[in-house]
Amino acid sequence: MSQLLAVLIDGITYSSWLFIIAVGLTLIYGVMKILNIAHGSLYAIGAYTAASIAGHWLAEGYAPMGSYAMILLSAVLVGLIAGPLIERGLLRFMYGRDEIVLVLVTYAVFLILEDFVKLVWGVDPYFLFQPYGLLGNFDIGGLTYPNYNLVLFGAALLIGGALYWGLTKTRQGKILIAVIHDREMAGALGVNVGRVYLVTFTIGAMLGALGGALTAPMISVQPGIGVEVIVLAFAVVVIGGLGSLTGAALGAIIVGLVRSAAVHYLPEVELFSIYLVMAAVLILRPKGMFSAAEARKI
Amino acid sequence: MFSRIAYTRLAATMLAAAATLLSPLAGAQDKPIRIGLVTFLSGPAAGPFGVPARIAAEAIAESLNKGKAPAPHNSRGFAGSPVELVIIDEAGGATKQVAEFRNLVQRQNVDFVIGYISSGDCLAIAPVAEELRMLTVLFDCGTPRVFEEGSFKYVFRTRAHATMDAVAGARYLLEKQPDLKSYAGINQNYAWGQDSWTDWTAVMSALKPDAKVATSQMPRFGAGQYGAEISALMQSGADVIHSSLWGGDLEAFMLQSTPRGLYRRSQLILVAGEPNLHRLVGNVPDGTIVGARGPHGLFAPKSALNDWLREIYHAKADHYPNYSAYSVAQAMLGLKTAYEKARLEKVQKAIPMGAAPGVKEEMEKAYMPPTTEEVIAAFEYLRFDTPSGKVSMQLGKGHQAVQGTAYGTTRQVGKEIVIENVKYYPMEQVQPPEGQSSLDWIKGGMKPGKW
Repeated sequence: MSQLLAVLIDGITYSSWLFIIAVGLTLIYGVMKILNIAHGSLYAIGAYTAASIAGHWLAEGYAPMGSYAMILLSAVLVGLIAGPLIERGLLRFMYGRDEIVLVLVTYAVFLILEDFVKLVWGVDPYFLFQPYGLLGNFDIGGLTYPNYNLVLFGAALLIGGALYWGLTKTRQGKILIAVIHDREMAGALGVNVGRVYLVTFTIGAMLGALGGALTAPMISVQPGIGVEVIVLAFAVVVIGGLGSLTGAALGAIIVGLVRSAAVHYLPEVELFSIYLVMAAVLILRPKGMFSAAEARKI
Repeated sequence: MFSRIAYTRLAATMLAAAATLLSPLAGAQDKPIRIGLVTFLSGPAAGPFGVPARIAAEAIAESLNKGKAPAPHNSRGFAGSPVELVIIDEAGGATKQVAEFRNLVQRQNVDFVIGYISSGDCLAIAPVAEELRMLTVLFDCGTPRVFEEGSFKYVFRTRAHATMDAVAGARYLLEKQPDLKSYAGINQNYAWGQDSWTDWTAVMSALKPDAKVATSQMPRFGAGQYGAEISALMQSGADVIHSSLWGGDLEAFMLQSTPRGLYRRSQLILVAGEPNLHRLVGNVPDGTIVGARGPHGLFAPKSALNDWLREIYHAKADHYPNYSAYSVAQAMLGLKTAYEKARLEKVQKAIPMGAAPGVKEEMEKAYMPPTTEEVIAAFEYLRFDTPSGKVSMQLGKGHQAVQGTAYGTTRQVGKEIVIENVKYYPMEQVQPPEGQSSLDWIKGGMKPGKW
């Protein structure tokens, strides 16, 4: 029983983390039809920026609890700077091209940003471990868990809820959905499509950076962390259906729980488990679980 | 007949005279020796291993060129010739490294190559070094397969292979905790992690057959998130947790596991933990068992050479050298010793037997730098001094180093982690003798070999 409980808690924690890192990717794809490989770099830059800003905050001896605000600030800063820079500076010239061209463009951005990270932060790892232990632990089923897990869970709920509310209940959300359905028609009706794209990409970039910033206290922030994440995030959004918010949430939950069960009951297959789920879903539903219906082209 | 002393004196006088006369050859002495240095400058292995190795190599080259190293390495450069490093990033995988190696040899015209931290790169480079006839010194990679499964003329490894990690680690652990009942593992799911766990379970089966494996966790390389693995390890209730995690993975695992109190019930042993200790202050529980595959880094015995390495390294970095810095030091000093030995042997062989004609030709030959083949001959079965003590090239037909090793436990003192309860193990107790594979030796009960 306690093992099942551990599987659930570990699975939900991992799912929360997966959702946070994947949601920006699926949002950008859903609206702009761009599979943004540079999402991995935005995650890495978010982690580095958080390690630098929050690390500096702690080193200066300010209130340790303020480090959480610094983590948030880092994500906002990275999103506000990198998002418009990439979207206005490069992507807007590529709209209307084939999806694969845009994948290649964002892959190029990813490679450039990987080197940018090395240029700015060097190759030595950065640490920001204090916020991870600052909130203390909780005990359940004979195991100790850090309360930081609850922060991840709360952040995932908040992000998912806010996006859902924003998309379905607000005027801007409805405009966004109009653009998703028919970009040209929305434009003809007076929607500033360029601005919608800019805002969407900036929010997506911010979410990518937030994923990195929230992960920074749990890891050693070093070159290469973005590569690992983009593969996982891609698996999650493919399982859920590219561009679907609900799909990303369900994909994250399934992957998180399956991986956690594998670690506890059959650790030999842990590496394989995520891709097994992905393969099984794609066999049954080639476009993912929550992909939107598309008109067949003749 | 000359007496032996008279003969030596005459030879020495002629040698000195010839050296002065052959002024154009004196110029050849200044021609730098170009060494290709291949080490990780980017990617996860750069921070803990690659960059410390680069810092150490640069510091050593500078110090050797000034003749500032302590005896017996106090001659300038390599036998008077300055050393020049051509540094290449090891990142990118074995295929890229093979191309880079060919570039180093065929375009950069290096005289020797020192390199390779990744075992995969070592296994890929060795046959290419053989094909291109380039004397290559593998300085850090651990797989015993290089010389247990292959035989190379142009390849040397100046650091002991990884078998000792498990053998010495288990011996140390069982001396500390003879009644342990179960052990668990967390190792990366690729060649290094799997080999390390295989060695560990084989050694434990031989030394403590009644101890049970509680769980074996194999997260992927670069996983970053270890929440579920930590829970599984906690639930396994193992007395001991073995780990060969390194670099960022080790750091993330420690950052996530220490606050959860995993080590309140389980003893942790980190076979590759030494390079990361200085960065993990506050996140490594006191009493963690740590090794460094040889008496390197914090385990290095006090000596003039050790003080020298620590001093020249610290002048370039804000921390002291870790084991990969000591590994590259062994490679550079081993190559220097072999080169100088080859040169000396050449000079000694060329001494004309008192015959005036032919002196010039003989001296010309003697003062030419030694050929690669001559350096190889001098390198095989060499014994040389390093900051970690004596190293002997006794395995792999004289191409693979053997060395004792050490294990100890950590304790945090202020803002530093120190190693205490250090125990040194002689080489015959931790490494198989020539002709035996590591796994066979372990399964056969690890009988000390004769060296």
